[in-house]
This record gives sequence, C-alpha cells and structure tokens, in this order.
Amino acid sequence: MYKPYRRPTRIVVLGATSSIAMAFSRLLIAPNAQLSDTHFFLVARNPVKLESVARDLLTRGAASVVIEAVDLDDTAAHPALLQAATNSLGQIDLALIAHGVLGDQTEAQANYAATAEILTTNLLSPISLITWLANYFEAQNDGTLAVISSVAGDRGRKSNYVYGASKGALNIFLDGVRNRIDRAGVQVLTIRPGFVATPMTAHIPQGPLFATPQKVAQGILKAMQRRKDVAYVPGFWALIMAVIRNIPEGIFKNLDL
Amino acid sequence: MSEPRKRKKSTSPAFQSWGRYPQLPATLLPLYWIPQSPLNDLAAGPKLPVGMGRSYGDVCLLENGTLLHTVHMDRLIHFDPATGLLTCESGVTLADILNFAVPRGWFLPVTPGTKYVTVGGAIANDIHGKNHHTAGTFGRHVPRFELLRSDGNRIVCSPTANSDWYAATIGGMGLTGLITWAEVQLRPIVSRKIDYHGTKFVGIEEFVALSQSSETSEYTVSWIDCVSQGKNFARGIFMRGDHAATPSRLRQSSDPKLTLPIDLPGFMLNKYTVEAFNALYYYKQFTREKRALIDYEPFFYPLDGVLHWNRLYGRDGLLQFQCVLPFEDGQHGILRILKAITSSGLASFLAVIKTFGEIKSPGMMSFPAPGITLALDFPIRREVSFDLLERLAYITVEHGGKMYPAKDARMSALQFQAFYPQWQEFARYLDPALSSSFWQRVSAPTANGLLGNIHV
Repeated sequence: MYKPYRRPTRIVVLGATSSIAMAFSRLLIAPNAQLSDTHFFLVARNPVKLESVARDLLTRGAASVVIEAVDLDDTAAHPALLQAATNSLGQIDLALIAHGVLGDQTEAQANYAATAEILTTNLLSPISLITWLANYFEAQNDGTLAVISSVAGDRGRKSNYVYGASKGALNIFLDGVRNRIDRAGVQVLTIRPGFVATPMTAHIPQGPLFATPQKVAQGILKAMQRRKDVAYVPGFWALIMAVIRNIPEGIFKNLDL
Repeated sequence: MSEPRKRKKSTSPAFQSWGRYPQLPATLLPLYWIPQSPLNDLAAGPKLPVGMGRSYGDVCLLENGTLLHTVHMDRLIHFDPATGLLTCESGVTLADILNFAVPRGWFLPVTPGTKYVTVGGAIANDIHGKNHHTAGTFGRHVPRFELLRSDGNRIVCSPTANSDWYAATIGGMGLTGLITWAEVQLRPIVSRKIDYHGTKFVGIEEFVALSQSSETSEYTVSWIDCVSQGKNFARGIFMRGDHAATPSRLRQSSDPKLTLPIDLPGFMLNKYTVEAFNALYYYKQFTREKRALIDYEPFFYPLDGVLHWNRLYGRDGLLQFQCVLPFEDGQHGILRILKAITSSGLASFLAVIKTFGEIKSPGMMSFPAPGITLALDFPIRREVSFDLLERLAYITVEHGGKMYPAKDARMSALQFQAFYPQWQEFARYLDPALSSSFWQRVSAPTANGLLGNIHV
C-alpha cells in the first residue's frame, strides 16, 4: 500500500553499534539544529560502545536516547525488550534490525555448532524480533520495518554459503511478512548491501566495490523515502546480483565465487 | 638517494600520504572505538596513529609498521551551546565539525586549507590557518585531550594538568601516544559569508607592507606567482577576510560533487601549463582591489571542491615545501627561494605566502613562529626536484628559519635538528611503541658540519 514518506521520529535500532546503524541513526536526526524531535531506543551487546553511540546522537541533536545492553541471541527476552521500547518511545515509527555476524565459513563447514551460531544470530534472532514487530506495526496500521540483509543471500556460493543461507532465508521470511502486512500500511524494507567497510570486513582487502557505511546509510534512507521493498545499496549491486542470479547452475557450480 | 620512478607494476600500499611520496608498505589497522586496552595489545611491533593522510610526506607513514587508523573513531561526545566547547573522538574531521557547528552558529577556531583532516591530526601537527596572526595555532584552542600510551596509561592533558605531555603532544606528530578524544573551543558566527577583500601586489616588499596594514583582518593569505619573471616577478593577490557581521541562513554545506577519478599523466603539470594557470589566476581579478561577500567554502577550501586533486600530479606524486623565515632579513630569504625556483626550471602550481604573528604556539615542536611563511608544491622530476628542495632547505637554515614536518618528505636529520634544537627534549616524551618514517629519518645520528650536499 502506498503511503507518502513521513520522517520517523520514534526509532528502535537493534544492533545499534554496527557501523551502518550508527551512520543511519545520524541521518535521522533533524538537519535543522533548532528542531530536536528524534527519540531513539538503542539495543546492542556492549554497554561501553552503546553509551558512546548514545552520546554521539544526543550531541548531534537527538531529543532522547534510551539504551539497553543485551545479547540479541537471547530470543526469549525479545518481547519484553520490544515492549520496553514501545513504552519508552510511546510508539514506534521505525525499527531497524542491523545486528549480524559474518562467521567463519571454513569452521562452519567442518562443524555444525559454528553454523548453528551463525544461523542463531543472523536468522533466528531477527525472525523473533520481526515476528513481534510485524504484529505491532500491523496493529498500528503504520510504521517501517527495515532489516539489513545482504547481497550474499541472493545465491549460495562456496566461499560464503552459511552466511548467505542465513541472509537468503531472512529475505524469504521478509518477503512473506511484507506480503502480509504491506496492506496494513506497513513498509517492510529488505536492505541488501554489498561490501561495506566495517569491522565485519576489516580483514578483507578493500577493493573498489567497497562502500562506506555513510554511503550505505544514505541508500537506506533513500529507499525508505521512496517506499521501496528491496534495496540494493549501493544501487549497482542490483545489476551485479542480477547477473550472478542468472548464471545457469550447471556453470555456476564450477565457478570459484 | 632513492628514485621515485623505480617502481615496478604498482601495488599501492594500504595507506598513502597526500603527496603520495614516499610510498611505503605498512599494515593498516582501523580503530572503530576508543581502545579500552593498551595499544600494545592491538598490534605487535612499531605503530603510528594516522588520520585522513592529508599531511604530504612521511609524518603519517611508518614503513613495515602498523598504522592505527583513527577515522572511524568519529563520535561526538558533548557540546555546550552556550560556550561553543565541543568534545569529540579524535577521528572526527574538521568537515564533520563544520557540518555540525555551522547550522548552530559556530565555526572552527583555526582551519587549514582542507577540511578533510581529523582533530587528532590537527593537534599532532599543530596546524595553522589564515588567522594565525589573530588566533595562533589549532593547539591553542584545544583546552584538553586524552593521550593513550602503549602501556595502557591514560593521560588527560591540559595547560595546567600534565602540561608537559600537553606541550609534547601538540605538534608531537602522533609520536607521544594515541589522542583518543579532545575538546575544541569553537568560535561564534552569524553567517556563512566571508567579507572578502583582495588586493593585487607585485614584489615581496609590497606583500609585507600589505600584511602590516592588514593585521586587523581576521584572515589573511596571499597567492604568489612563482613562475613569472621580469616585471611580473613575485606578483600575487593579497586576500583578507572576516566573518560577515550581518546574519544570514546558516545551512549545512553539501558534499563535493567533483572528484578527479584518475591520475593525470605527470607531464600535464609542466612549466607552461602552470604559467598559464598562474596568469589566469592573476587576471581572474581584473582590478587592483576587489571586495565581495563570499561563502566560507571557496574562501577556506578552494581545492576541497575537487576530491583527490592530488591526482593532478600523476602517479609519482608531489613534493611540498613550507618554511617560515624570521622577519629579520626574511624578505631577502623569500626572494632567494623564489629565484632558486625559477632557476631550477620547476614550477610551483600553487604558492601561498603569509605572515605568522607573535602568538606563541603551545606545542614544544610546533612549526609556526613569527615571520614570513611560504608554501610550495612541485611535481616529482627525479633529482631536479630533490636538488631544488635541498637548496631551499639550505636557504631556510641560513636565514634561521624552519621547515614544516607535515609538508616534508626530504629534510635531513641535520636540517631537522637545526630547525628544532629542542628535539632531544621532545624525544623524552616519545612512546616507545610509536614511530614514523619521518621520525626515523630526522632523528638519525648526524655527522658534524655539513648541511647536506649544497651547490648554491
């Protein structure tokens, strides 16, 4: 359902200390220094980092920032956490889910426990949050649910398929949720970044395909404003992934990707 | 003497300085958060904190070491809208500060010719700007900062607490520890505009006279033509500016749209193109006097409009030279430098001249001192460029001046130790785990006597 964009002012950020989430949160603060109307509820694991992100947003003009240091792998705690966020903000206009791990593919191949850990953090934890938030937004008949997935979810590759599977399953889950609650006036936005220069990728040599978290954050904001469903950020990844998805499996299975 | 062109198929190092000479291999370690552990736990071996890499030579390089990259430590910590005191992490850039502060009616206390430098780098090089004669260096506007040492010791430094560490770290080239956060005292503005007044001059004497009569202007700087000879020798434009007093809308600057995507072939910048550029620049202002109300961006950051403008110089990079000569006999020294340039056949694309005022720098190793400062850049043409720099360094020594480490890739240990006789006192504050290629070069033991191979 099409709705014109309204600047969200009551925002929940899950994984608030991730580079993309930090850059995006800054963009949501009113550019007009005299107007201070943005309220944040930030969740992440490390209380020291969380505190410094909160101070940054407050200094940059956020009206209020509440922080909650929890491990989002603990799905049982999610309903109480999100209820606390709702109580704190009054209502939620936008929820961004930004936490995730890259994991170690080699280790995951050898050891199911490592695979399960990746799937817990990247898939089950977001699904638990999305379940609660989807019901909340549906009842409210308004809101934006933005989830950071990855281009890696578009096709399984030998170098990265455990991470890719977690993101691919997340994409399908989000497609279904959108199909259910878009008609209630809720935007469900799947964000598929390519390579982003963040702590997650700091060990990989950076090539020209790498984008800054700031650039990705701008892409997310633009996708929200245009009320997109799926956004590749930066945009050129849509083209790259269209090619990757359309390589016949008979050829693809012999490629080193 | 190493040759810059002796390069195989280029594999660019992980981090380059703005002059892109020298190019030295190193490991880049991004710091995303203020480290909670000793620096020695982050990486083994010699280390150096670095920011945006806008210093020109090798003060921000460490061959085969680990560069602690601070640009992701970019969070603001506190701002007092009543006093304009901003506290931030050291990787915050001056561009970030402007985006934040200008809409709130505040401006940087001191700014160099680019806004793409970090606060940590601004302190470590104790940078100066067009308002040196009225405001002094950047360090004078930093009331407090924290220094993290490799052993984990955290020292909060100010002019009154740990004042020796404060003095050693301002202008300390990142060698005394990692600056984690700092306070910056901003100054109020009511408009983005600058009241500009440009005056054409010919000759150093006229420049000095204009400087003396313009001391009440907050900002002064001059562009000087280093190519033309005869009656046009040392012609230039003397530029003054003050923040406009009439209030106007304090919007945020937009991001630069232009970027130089590729390296131009090195020969693009030659004597003739530079001469043409200089003539154009001079005649851009038709009349002797020009007054205008202009935005602060083109006034302070004319080159920031084009990202990666250093690619103009091609892949071999460029050499910078900046000296300050005491007023006494300084005019003569500047003339000797200009003549040395013209006789070398090399051309400086952009030459900037300014008088530094009497305000004392807080840093033990700060570069600015009362006198005339001249900044030049040259393409690298093998030995010709190095010989010229050697000659300019020699003239600087003879006139009792000094050269600016942040703009240097070539000065010898003997020259450095003559420019900064307090260097051994400073060395007591070095962090044992930190070093730079610059420091390794200039702190080397020196033979007595000769100040390099001079043929003047």
